[in-house]
Amino acid sequence: MPTYVRTEKCDGCKGQDKTACTYICPHDLMRLDKDGSETGHAMKAYNQEPEQCWECYSCVKICPQQAIECRHYADVVPLGAQVQPLKGSESIMWTIKFRNGNLKRFKFRTRTTPEGSADPYKDKPSIDMAEIAEHGSLFTKATHSCDMSQFCQS
Amino acid sequence: MSENEFGNPEVVEEDLDILIIGGGMAACGTAFEISRWIEGTDLKVKLVDKAALDRSGAVAQGLSAINTYLGDNDPADYVRYVRGDLMGIVREDLVYDVGRHVDDSVHNFEEWGLPVWKQKGDEGKKLTEGGKPVRSGRWQIMINGESYKWIVAEAAKKALGIDRIQERVFIVRLITDKNDPSRVAAAAGFSVRENKVYIYKFKCCLLACGGAVNVFRPRSVGEGTGRAWFPVWNAGSTYAMAAECGATLTLMENRFVPARFKDGYGPVGAWFLLFKAKAMNAFGEDYQEKNFHILKDNKYDAYASGPKMGTCLRNHLMMKEMREGRGPILMDTPTAMARLAENMTPKEVKHLEAEAWEDFLDMTISQCGVWAGENIEPDKEMSELMPTEPYLLGSHAGCAGIWVSGPDDLPGTPDRYHWGYNRMSTVKGLFTAGDGVGASGHKFSSGSHAEGRIAAKAMVKFAVDNKDWTPEPARSSEELVEEIYRPVRTFHEHKDYTTAIDVNPNYITPQMYQLRLQKIMDEYVAGVSTQYQTNAKMLELAERKLKMLWEDGPKMRAKDLHELLRAWENYHRMIAATAHMKHIQFREETRYPGYYYRMDYLDLNDDDWKCFVNSKYDRDTAEWTLWKESYSQMIKPADDEPQGMRRPGSSV
Repeated sequence: MPTYVRTEKCDGCKGQDKTACTYICPHDLMRLDKDGSETGHAMKAYNQEPEQCWECYSCVKICPQQAIECRHYADVVPLGAQVQPLKGSESIMWTIKFRNGNLKRFKFRTRTTPEGSADPYKDKPSIDMAEIAEHGSLFTKATHSCDMSQFCQS
Repeated sequence: MSENEFGNPEVVEEDLDILIIGGGMAACGTAFEISRWIEGTDLKVKLVDKAALDRSGAVAQGLSAINTYLGDNDPADYVRYVRGDLMGIVREDLVYDVGRHVDDSVHNFEEWGLPVWKQKGDEGKKLTEGGKPVRSGRWQIMINGESYKWIVAEAAKKALGIDRIQERVFIVRLITDKNDPSRVAAAAGFSVRENKVYIYKFKCCLLACGGAVNVFRPRSVGEGTGRAWFPVWNAGSTYAMAAECGATLTLMENRFVPARFKDGYGPVGAWFLLFKAKAMNAFGEDYQEKNFHILKDNKYDAYASGPKMGTCLRNHLMMKEMREGRGPILMDTPTAMARLAENMTPKEVKHLEAEAWEDFLDMTISQCGVWAGENIEPDKEMSELMPTEPYLLGSHAGCAGIWVSGPDDLPGTPDRYHWGYNRMSTVKGLFTAGDGVGASGHKFSSGSHAEGRIAAKAMVKFAVDNKDWTPEPARSSEELVEEIYRPVRTFHEHKDYTTAIDVNPNYITPQMYQLRLQKIMDEYVAGVSTQYQTNAKMLELAERKLKMLWEDGPKMRAKDLHELLRAWENYHRMIAATAHMKHIQFREETRYPGYYYRMDYLDLNDDDWKCFVNSKYDRDTAEWTLWKESYSQMIKPADDEPQGMRRPGSSV
């Protein structure tokens, strides 16, 4: 299901330093039509190459207006269903609407720490340049135990 | 921006010591490790990514499992598992190296905030504190992985610092050194946002831009073209840029054809391994059991030990059913769920259903879309399985890639496996990791991160050892700008010749170029339309057609920066695809039945082909040279390994 942008909800992220969906799309699909010359809708984003959409939902999840949704690949999937997330800072809520109207809702954890709190070098050893050529360890010195008798030449 | 401005990009040149090309798991691992090692040096490092680090690479969407976590296993057993799945031919030094370092990457992910499922009683206890993970297989652990890449990227960004990261710049070319053609000196690319060409000079670089997807015609060709199993933005850039720089490639004949839920390509691992679901043919027969005996016919049984066999062999047993008209292949999800629910409370059943859905929502949302659209609830109705179109990769259940130097501290490592710097290719200063490293599959997300770290350390050593060396690119900035922006100039020069810009005798759109490539690969190089079958004659035709496609490469047009991105991606796909074709042509056996069949050499032939196939490309003549490289077994065969593991590599 390529993503699409709801006209009345998208505000082009004009209050922010960058357009969220164009920033995040891994495949450079989302585009902001600044003057409306491409879509007839000025300052709104759109998916410029729907047949290249992986449906990774990166744009759906990041949109601050919840203006982006998915209509699953029309050459594959019957119309009428929808899978829509609402991403919070530590969890994500999914609503799955089936073509026959059935609904399922799920909520899953996404992380155990506050966003932005990852500290790569907290409590980590400092390095010793004398060990730079050693293959048996990385800077964290947490190599797995190795049973050397398993080698043919042991 | 006016037409004139678009045709004449600003050139940004930067002198660095180390350049990291890519932003996926491997590159994030490099960023994490390298920043520590350069602390006391004045080395200049930069990371360039064609996308945004938070959601780039194969883990962009998220994952529901980490497929490589050793835990209580020994790295030697990890080697046995990998060589078993990849039909006996892997670089055991490289695999072992990943195995001994990978768990630390996973421990860091958990520390940074990735939720790892724990067994009852161990909830809240970290892996490093002895918390027992929920395993879906011997090597796999379950996670709540929607934000997996986001979390790993967060740590990478903090380690490296935002000012050392350049997003939305697509590197398309490596440039060798003027004084030493066997050495890389620079990389060039362009911004997909601004009218700028970037040229970075350096002592060494990491090339880690993923595998190759959409090289073959996909099963869905409308909007569904984008629904590849592996990410559609993996354009073969790693293999193409390395090949054009003169690096030796290895096992490029290998590919991965995952059997997945049809159309959405949702994961089957948790269903098979965690929920113990069975697959069957249209008549309810267990085809795996029924067809097991056919493995003997072409000596494929040398790499099957009881029900334990390589992924390609499982495909092989399934494809027989499909070829002979006993499809569809169905996974019996309702029976598996019912059996699991037998002794559960209603609340636990609800939880189980949520876990089953999360498996897809975390990593293949499309699958949920397919089910919702077709009113399929997997706990009530079976779902079809289907082998996908082929992908080239080095990190998952495949091992195509670059031939790299390994560690020198493992007992019995042959000299030809290492030439000084770990994960360096045969081109001095050119390093790789993740999907880039050939003959070392089954790293997955965590192993790719660990391998990026391994390469990081080696690159710092290389840069320090080469402190006084100054790169002198063999090609001028003017030449590079001319080449990189040629599709833009082609467009402007010819667009007014016809009234409709897409049909023009003077150029080809990147999209048509890609479709032409896909048609050739699908019809001649063992794609889905021939049931993954090919032969020497078909490959000869493929070669002729690919040559003409290569000739037409410089005629691609770009009407805007987005199309310039596609033009270069598809150029990379074409080079990667050509390598794949040449390798399949060279290996006169069927080593990976179920991934592809050489119908003129249908046997698995350990006498002559238990070896690597390596290749080298000459960019000036467009000629490929291929040769056999011998395999060395470093880890003792275990009793439960198939008999193929007990024979030495063939002499080359």
